[in-house]
Amino acid sequence: MPYAKKLLPPLVSGTLFGAGLTLSGMTDPARVRGFLDVFGSWDPTLAFVMGGAVLVMAIAWRIRNRMGTPIFAERFSLPDRKDLDGRLIAGSILFGIGWGLAGLCPGPAVASLALAPLGVAPFVLAMLAGMAAQHALSAMPLRQQAVVD
Amino acid sequence: MLPGYPEAQPVQGLAGGVLIGLAAALMLLGSGRIAGVSGILARGVRISSGDMALTSAWAFLAGLPLGAALIALIMDLRPAEFAAWPVLVTAGLCVGFGTRMGSGCTSGHGVCGVSRLSQRSIVATLSFIAAGVATVFIQSKIGG
Repeated sequence: MPYAKKLLPPLVSGTLFGAGLTLSGMTDPARVRGFLDVFGSWDPTLAFVMGGAVLVMAIAWRIRNRMGTPIFAERFSLPDRKDLDGRLIAGSILFGIGWGLAGLCPGPAVASLALAPLGVAPFVLAMLAGMAAQHALSAMPLRQQAVVD
Repeated sequence: MLPGYPEAQPVQGLAGGVLIGLAAALMLLGSGRIAGVSGILARGVRISSGDMALTSAWAFLAGLPLGAALIALIMDLRPAEFAAWPVLVTAGLCVGFGTRMGSGCTSGHGVCGVSRLSQRSIVATLSFIAAGVATVFIQSKIGG
């Protein structure tokens, strides 16, 4: 029972997430690129997706503020950084370039493994390689990084 | 469906968005965590350490294709067309490297962070949308 209590919430969360992405058309790269094509034939669907999700989550954050501990876990484990730095912005820009190129971001890419495994596989594998490369680079001591630069 | 935008699907978009919001709310209020796919994926494959249990990360990650398959069972989905593999690989490298460097993607920053009014997430979201818009614009100009 404690195992089910621990695993069921993330499994249900992931399932709802994948269902929402698919229902809203976000697993279709053409629809995502259509949203980014603001100077061409703009498709505003993604704005409705984001709007619906943010609305529900805005309520969830208010509920969270009245809770001492989460329902199925011992404590909240949430990011608390407030500073803006170059890594945040540069990383997000790099992500946006890839997002625009393929019309895929991590959620829809993983969800698409059920819909078009062969089609999305090159993206998912490259994404994992990119994550590993970033981790390897950031783990390098500063001195070594300076030499590489 | 939406005047002026024949491609738009506002009702399905909003309904799917609400499901995504409920998914993120369950992760927050149930497990006390941010439903950020890039972070959970990196955790699942042990690229990042972090304190999320590997089993929990995999439960969430397994749910994503499961949920997609459930919708595919009940809906007639337009088959997705993917870019040629060199584009997919380039894009995947950018998305993987960028989301780790920028600490999040569309779910963690765009949904969870923006709804929390996190300044970092709002800046990140504006940055990746602007970069995505610029990329699609440049591609349309060079016919890529």
